[in-house]
Amino acid sequence: MAEHALKPSTALGHDAPKTITIGSCQIAERFDVALASLASRRGQEGNVVKIAKASKLPLAAPAQSATGKSFGSFWLSADQWMIEADFAARENIEAELKGLFGSAASITEQTDAWVRFDVTASNLRPLFERLCNVDLEKSDDGFASRTVIEHIGCYLIKRSTALVTVYGPRSSAQSLLHVIETAARSV
Amino acid sequence: MTQNNRIAGGLIDRSKTLNFSFDSKVYTGHAGDTLASALLANGVRLMGRSFKYHRPRGPLSAGSEEPNALVELRTGARQEPNTRATVTELYDGLEANSQNRWPSLAFDALAINDRLSNFFAAGFYYKTFMWPKAFWEKLYEPLIRRAAGLGSMSKLEDPDSYDKGFVHCDVLIIGAGPAGLMAALTAGRAGARVVLADEDFRFGGRLNAETFDVDGKSCADWATAIVAELKSLPNVRLMLRTTVIGAFDHGIYSAVERVSDHLAEPFPGKPRQTLWRIYSRRAILAGGATERPIAFENNDRPGIMLAGSLRAYANRWGATVGDKVAVFTNNADGLRTVQDLKAKGVDVVAVIDSRNGDEVVDTSGWLGLASVTVRRSDGKTETIAATGLAVSGGWNPNVNITSHHRSKPIWNEAIAAFVPGEGGPANLVAAGAADGVFSTYGALQSGQARAIEALNELGLKVKAAALPQAEDSPVSIKPLWFVHSGKGRAWIDFQNDVTVKDIKLAHQENFSSVEHLKRYTTLGMATDQGKTGNVIGLAVMAELTGRSIPETGTTVYRPPYTPVAIGALAGRSRGKEFKPFRLTPSHKWATEQGAIFVEVGMWLRTQWLPRNGETHWRQSVDREVVATRKSVGICDVTTLGKIDIQGTDAGAFLDKVYANTFSTLAVGKCRYGLILREDGIVYDDGTTARMGTHEYVMTTTTANAVTVFRHLEFVRQCLYPDMDVQLISTTEAWAQYSVAGPNARKLLLKIIDQDISDVAFPYMGAGNITVCGGLRARLFRISFSGELAFEIAVPTRYGDALIRKLVEAGEEFDAVVYGTEALGVMRIEKGHVAGNELNGQSTALNMGLGKMVSRKKDSIGMVLSQREGLNDPNGYRLVGVKPVNTQQALTAGSHFLELGAAPVVANDGGWLTSMVYSPHIGSHIALGYLKAGDQKIGKRMRAVNFLNKTDVEIEIVSPHFFDPEGERLRG
Repeated sequence: MAEHALKPSTALGHDAPKTITIGSCQIAERFDVALASLASRRGQEGNVVKIAKASKLPLAAPAQSATGKSFGSFWLSADQWMIEADFAARENIEAELKGLFGSAASITEQTDAWVRFDVTASNLRPLFERLCNVDLEKSDDGFASRTVIEHIGCYLIKRSTALVTVYGPRSSAQSLLHVIETAARSV
Repeated sequence: MTQNNRIAGGLIDRSKTLNFSFDSKVYTGHAGDTLASALLANGVRLMGRSFKYHRPRGPLSAGSEEPNALVELRTGARQEPNTRATVTELYDGLEANSQNRWPSLAFDALAINDRLSNFFAAGFYYKTFMWPKAFWEKLYEPLIRRAAGLGSMSKLEDPDSYDKGFVHCDVLIIGAGPAGLMAALTAGRAGARVVLADEDFRFGGRLNAETFDVDGKSCADWATAIVAELKSLPNVRLMLRTTVIGAFDHGIYSAVERVSDHLAEPFPGKPRQTLWRIYSRRAILAGGATERPIAFENNDRPGIMLAGSLRAYANRWGATVGDKVAVFTNNADGLRTVQDLKAKGVDVVAVIDSRNGDEVVDTSGWLGLASVTVRRSDGKTETIAATGLAVSGGWNPNVNITSHHRSKPIWNEAIAAFVPGEGGPANLVAAGAADGVFSTYGALQSGQARAIEALNELGLKVKAAALPQAEDSPVSIKPLWFVHSGKGRAWIDFQNDVTVKDIKLAHQENFSSVEHLKRYTTLGMATDQGKTGNVIGLAVMAELTGRSIPETGTTVYRPPYTPVAIGALAGRSRGKEFKPFRLTPSHKWATEQGAIFVEVGMWLRTQWLPRNGETHWRQSVDREVVATRKSVGICDVTTLGKIDIQGTDAGAFLDKVYANTFSTLAVGKCRYGLILREDGIVYDDGTTARMGTHEYVMTTTTANAVTVFRHLEFVRQCLYPDMDVQLISTTEAWAQYSVAGPNARKLLLKIIDQDISDVAFPYMGAGNITVCGGLRARLFRISFSGELAFEIAVPTRYGDALIRKLVEAGEEFDAVVYGTEALGVMRIEKGHVAGNELNGQSTALNMGLGKMVSRKKDSIGMVLSQREGLNDPNGYRLVGVKPVNTQQALTAGSHFLELGAAPVVANDGGWLTSMVYSPHIGSHIALGYLKAGDQKIGKRMRAVNFLNKTDVEIEIVSPHFFDPEGERLRG
């Protein structure tokens, strides 16, 4: 990474990510994830799958997320995924993916388009049923969905029974956190 | 006060005594009581006054159908009018007050209305107050408004919070009486995801109010045992205090859970109520039935109540309405009340069974029942002293929710009641009493059968288990709707004071359709929605018209099933939490500077940044504009929509979307574009940069960022699905600042690592750069202000650092940060269109941009933009406007008029769209759409505004007020 004079700030406007604990529930802002969207160019769908496989980049099935050693992904729409990676290692994720996929895919940096909250609790259903219409109880681990939380368009990924990731628009980070906090208190 | 009317037994916890007050008088009750049962136990029968005649009233029922016993619950900010005492769970410290009376419940001056009832018959308000006409606004309406309505508001902000949520299940069961419990047990044991919702605070429904056995134990104990088993099943969710209020599409039901209403106040952080949206694959309505009264003279006195309710007070709550009770029934179920009251030691002074020809013809007792007058089958009448009268006119299945999709219930002669009809909400069936099955065994059987059907449809194969033994009495009823006797009033709708006479009057005046009857008499329009009165009302109408009851029909049932607090519907959306905010990358910095923010959609944008000594917003804005044009200004433009468009057909795609051409744009260049709707009207505008051969970045207006993205997706997926185009929004990914003014380049040179001279980075250039020693960034040489200007973008996490860096680097140039007001001034000085001009009615031609619509290619809206009506040479054209007297202010929205022309629509020449004060012009200036405006440059006209009462002489000028040749932006 290039050395430069600008200091980053989190989506919540702090130097370091924030974690809030309410009862048994923890809401942790994640600031260490690089994101880029990957969309197959027309006619290149098979090629993209091949390149991804060769690059050990797991491409998630519809309504799913997938985790690999260096990259993870979750499904956005037909032949389109969001790729997740460690920010420290891959701040320039867009350039790296463009190098891997060349003209087979359209890659767009998305790292700072989103705020990510990892929400943990022994039972997340009571919290998330107050936030969105995702049927968390019936969803398998790895389930990923676009949803709306208090008017805010979000992505939700059920990592496990006790961990759910919420990606929301970065500019609404404070509002989104407030809503999750309020719901956590009301459970 | 002692609980004189407390009798043995019941499901209350006598070890827990609760204190409460009614009209400031203190009483005691027990855990498990309702306010109504506790008041009855304390000998209080009078609990309210009727709406119109202010008649003294006691509870008619023991449930949510209650029309009479409405109170103001709690005090201060939590005061809630029209709360039904019959479903208000008693808690320690409860405070309730009677309503709709003055000065007291026992002596209500407005009871004079009862004496004047002849003047207040149905529809009186359509016939009176007609003259003199002038009295209406000043006298009649204020009087009526003062008299109207029940209860009063505290007018204080509700201190509690309300939640919303989503529940998913295979089978939703509405109601937890015998049918609901059996259905839940069947579905729960089969492994289905079950939600069992009941409005009561104890599961069991009528099983808690009856005394017969189920499976060898008391029916209440049987219910308790079943609930215990259901609680042990992880796939069953029990929702107590939860009323399902409506059926919506696709198996979705809404329900209100009264989370904290049984507490003095909610626990910290907890909501008072939660509005649930329940997604079900199948639903079973097991909501039971509501007993109906019989109309006879003076049938509304405190102490007269439904027989099943009177029985419920005795059996469930150990309370009686008095020591002498008479029973009037037209069916066998009413006789259960006789049996149970006797078993409790209550003196049943008379049994009047209309099936034998006996009828109650009148009653006495103003504040409480004193006696009933009975006409025996032999015609003899007798008056019997009684403090209570139990009345049963039969039971109406609670069909409401099955009719929420406008299904009409059908008449069942055997039970003399309506049952659910065909065409109700998909996948909803009724069971038990809600389906007209009134015996306990029948309800259990029906609940089980409906559950098995639902489970089978869901692919779960279930066999019927052995049913518990229970009573299976047939229904025995001989309909009696009203007693033909005397000239007095017999009530049908107790809350709204609708009587048999009113129905007759409506019939006389030809309002005989049930929908007209309802609106003319207000039958069923009270908070109880006519749960006890509607069927009697239409039965009376049927008799008057000579039609059958099914021919007469019912009115439409609509959600909500019971009244819902507005707070529950609003949920968390109140005050500043009405909608989420979007904060710009410079928000923190701007807050530190004391910036004034303005809501732009959900964004909070800096409107201006006041400095010390500035006392008026104009001072700040003028300073920001002047400083920018003199040296350099910085503005956060992150809010503009940014859409990444890639693919081998990206250029061709943009040629379709934009009215002008983008496929020919060179890599590393930007171009201003217009997006048209299909009808040729301008949709949005903005610049798009070509960042690579197959890669573009489109910018949109802030307001249309989302709708333009949606439009592009529509074009991509539906109009040109064969194109190789990929889209994604990047609005949030980049923090973008405009740096504008003669010293913009000098400022940027201090932080940009590359050469940005005019040669290296010419006007309308675009490209990837690095800043501050290597951070990846984007630079666009575009200008909205008309100055030499750049827009610089960095990954958003560096946005806060960048604004601080730009301000620091700009110090030597006296750089300012400017807000949306200054932005608006400069764009109007340059004649650039924005939201006020992109008004969804205007074409490119109107805006003076007609030549941008290319005829050399096909694009969305191009063909229809050529319509004759849109190309009138005398149509609206964008013009600039200056006041002739520079001291005079202009007002946006003013209309153009010729000098001397009358201010009438026929002379309207158009309107001023945007107006500002320009410190450079030294006067107010405006843009406007003027008919044939391009032919009127230099002309004097008037700008007239009736709302602001302004009439200003103006000069029509070019919309380009400042640097019309554009020399500054190319500098």
